[in-house]
Amino acid sequence: MTVLEKELPWLFEGKTGKKTSQKQESVIANVSRRDFLKSSAIVGGSVFILGVWTGCQTGEVPYVDPRVAASGTIGDAVFQPNIFLAINESGDVFIVCSRSEMGQGVRTGMPVVIADELGADWNRVHVEQADGHPMYGNQNTDGSTSVRLLFDDWRKVGATAREMLLAAAAELFDAPVSECKIDVHRAVHEASGRELEFGELAIAAASLPVPENPSFIPRSEWRYIGTSVTGYDNRDIGTGTAVYGADKRLDGMLFASIERSPVIGGKVKNYSAEAALKVPGVIQVVDVPSTALPPGHNALGGVAIVAENTWASFRGREALQIEWDSGPNSSYNSDSYEELLTKNVTNPGKAVRSEGDVPAAVAQASNVVEATYVVPMLAHAPMEPPCAVAWVKEDGSCEVWAPTQAPQTARRMVATTLGIEEDHVTIHVTLLGGAFGRKAKADYVVEAALVSRSVGAPVLLTWKREDCMQFDYYHAPSVQYLQAALDENGKAMSWLHRTAFPPISGTFAPTDGYPSDGELGLGALTLPYDIPNILCEKGQAPWHVRIGWVRSVSNIHHAFAINAFSAELAQAAGRDQRDYLLELLGPDRNLNHLFSGDRGYYGEDLAKQPYESGRLRNVIERVTEQAGWGNTLPDGHALGVAAHYCFVSYVAFVVEASIENGRPIIHKAHCSIDCGTHVNTDRVKAQMEGATVFGLTLALNGKITATNGAIDQANFDAYQLLRLNEMPEIHVDIVESEAPPGGVGEPGLPPVAPALTNALLQLTGVPVRSLPIRLS
Amino acid sequence: MAQFTLTVNGEEHGVDVPPDMPLLWVLRDTIGLTGTKYACGIALCGSCTVHLDGEAFRSCITTVESAAGKRVTTIEGLSEDGTHPVQQAWDEFNVPQCGYCQAGQIMNAAAWLKDYPNPTDDDIDRLQDGNLCRCGTYDRIRGAIKRAAELAR
Repeated sequence: MTVLEKELPWLFEGKTGKKTSQKQESVIANVSRRDFLKSSAIVGGSVFILGVWTGCQTGEVPYVDPRVAASGTIGDAVFQPNIFLAINESGDVFIVCSRSEMGQGVRTGMPVVIADELGADWNRVHVEQADGHPMYGNQNTDGSTSVRLLFDDWRKVGATAREMLLAAAAELFDAPVSECKIDVHRAVHEASGRELEFGELAIAAASLPVPENPSFIPRSEWRYIGTSVTGYDNRDIGTGTAVYGADKRLDGMLFASIERSPVIGGKVKNYSAEAALKVPGVIQVVDVPSTALPPGHNALGGVAIVAENTWASFRGREALQIEWDSGPNSSYNSDSYEELLTKNVTNPGKAVRSEGDVPAAVAQASNVVEATYVVPMLAHAPMEPPCAVAWVKEDGSCEVWAPTQAPQTARRMVATTLGIEEDHVTIHVTLLGGAFGRKAKADYVVEAALVSRSVGAPVLLTWKREDCMQFDYYHAPSVQYLQAALDENGKAMSWLHRTAFPPISGTFAPTDGYPSDGELGLGALTLPYDIPNILCEKGQAPWHVRIGWVRSVSNIHHAFAINAFSAELAQAAGRDQRDYLLELLGPDRNLNHLFSGDRGYYGEDLAKQPYESGRLRNVIERVTEQAGWGNTLPDGHALGVAAHYCFVSYVAFVVEASIENGRPIIHKAHCSIDCGTHVNTDRVKAQMEGATVFGLTLALNGKITATNGAIDQANFDAYQLLRLNEMPEIHVDIVESEAPPGGVGEPGLPPVAPALTNALLQLTGVPVRSLPIRLS
Repeated sequence: MAQFTLTVNGEEHGVDVPPDMPLLWVLRDTIGLTGTKYACGIALCGSCTVHLDGEAFRSCITTVESAAGKRVTTIEGLSEDGTHPVQQAWDEFNVPQCGYCQAGQIMNAAAWLKDYPNPTDDDIDRLQDGNLCRCGTYDRIRGAIKRAAELAR
């Protein structure tokens, strides 16, 4: 298994023939029992202890969370049936969130699910953030996986404790369990009218065996799941007390920032620190070693300025005189790169999906439509630039506070880089000030650790905005060629899709420049249309710059091209966009075969989460109806529709736009999402609102370019984000569903840009084929 | 380096820093008030917004020298207990996603709302569009600002 496959199992599921499951194993030991350290057992070749998960490798010494080890409990808890849940004698419930909070709401959603299944009162739940450690299972907070893959595991955490509390109550009531029930935060024996609160049951519950297969409460008894629950951290955020990556303060802490080679793979040829050391507040200038390409999660290398404050370190960088050896990637220019990719999709590529006979269909066509779509590199641009506090101590161990989506990756990378055992690295996860995939990479955490080791003090490393923009792991630049054969009625008889973009894997290992099946499975291979002849090909795209996963990954460019081309076909056929889209989609049917063989399926089980075209049809019908499709609009306004399936959820958007002074104005956005069972209604809505803004930002403004290997954009003047005055009115429709949970954080994004460009197509008759939109 | 006395959230702080050091970094790194956020450093995004004598300023380009002698208010000092009308409205509308820009959003809105008891959509667009939010909480900010105005009346 490659490093990337470990990082992104949902992208590579099935490729190796081995499931890289994120699921929690069913062993949940009773931590609060005196003998909990002996409760390890060999199950399926892995060591399990304390509710340990599959990620734990055989032979690894079981790690015990210090909060647990000291007293056997979290805080003053007396009952801790597993590492995720604890209750004290006052009845306070502590729930450990193992995923990272970056605005998607997991620090509310995960505890809500557990609390609901437990029968707890939400007002008495306290959330603790887990450190990075394999005992918590897969903590990579990306791929829209948290609720989607862990929902039942979380329910089991709550259900386990509920059954133990109930059993304890039955003993104390001296009544059969069947006569007792859990009400809100208490157990009740109705026949006698007796009640005991959770706090009164906690000690008794702690001595009971842990049930192996606790049963879940019926959906009808959910009190929080499927409702709107206020964000757990909102009050801290609103009063400025929430702790983000740069907010930890330690005695003796120094402040650092790093000057890096403008070109990836570049190295310091020589430099003078003399002027930098004269900047008031600058303490030390430190070399940060670079590693060989590909860069992976490694530090990029450069020169660090360590100072009394962040500003002094920034100023020190300005005073540095460095000569760089830029290396091979200085040949990278985004304009000529686009020409190369265009050439590579003009010529046939490697077929990755082939049904029927596309050339024969084209030969018989009444009309052949073709188009080439271009999406540039995009930056994550979270409001909080990468930053981390690292403290390499005298004993060689390292303690880190970082806003990371992948704390176990950070732990492994810090250990590897410093040459110490992983058990000697502690990663505390702070709140993330936005991430969108950027903070799944550990480079900035590794940098902080390296600088701390060099200066022998705790260090807060801050990336300037300019660093964040110019040393990102960018969304891959892409060129796609689409061609369709239409019959005399305008019906699509063939569909050819060639897609070329540099693969993410090139960031982690040498690459042949072809996208992986996993990336192609994000939209291209999984085209849901009912067309008899389909050919999908991949084109080559050499690697020159760190490519990463940005919110919804390859779905961004694939959904844009597919939906924009669908609207162009409707136009060519003289048909309504919506009707034509539904015709392309065809009759309701199961599309599981599109994920057959080695193709990834978002880490899911197809039997549990089938790919159904009818659910996509449903959201298209709902959103167009709610948006008043076909109704009279204000003069100069038009609607565009787009729909996409990804991360096991189905989303359709309708955007209402007009054009003023050559620029699109977005008036309204309507969205319908079918994400199966959902946890927090308000947060699903918020994610769709966020996807709208993220999608409009990339449609209107998003473009990162490179000149001689260096990124041209540095700050929000050159890489503009959508502003409040450009925000459309937005309506979100959530399909009520009892299907298993789908993703929410990413699936809203892909249809936004094409819904807008399709509205513009209605207005101008001229298709938008390049992003960002520039109307001529 | 020079000595300055800053009054922050009603408390006096003596600092010995260069006169042109931005207030943002004095607050965060010298005084240790981390609620005010760095995001762009050149006054493009509003994440670092604080009040000087009740008016909104971008602390990333406001020198410590120019802030000395004025009343500095940060998000930590906007209210004693998080009950400023803007904070209450933010709670009601469940505005934050990641939350990183929200201190700046709240401080900016709290400053101009004093002069606009009945803000229109245009007022909000015009007076709040300098504060960037990558998560896309704008629609809720619009609603929350109107609600805050109601609460303040």
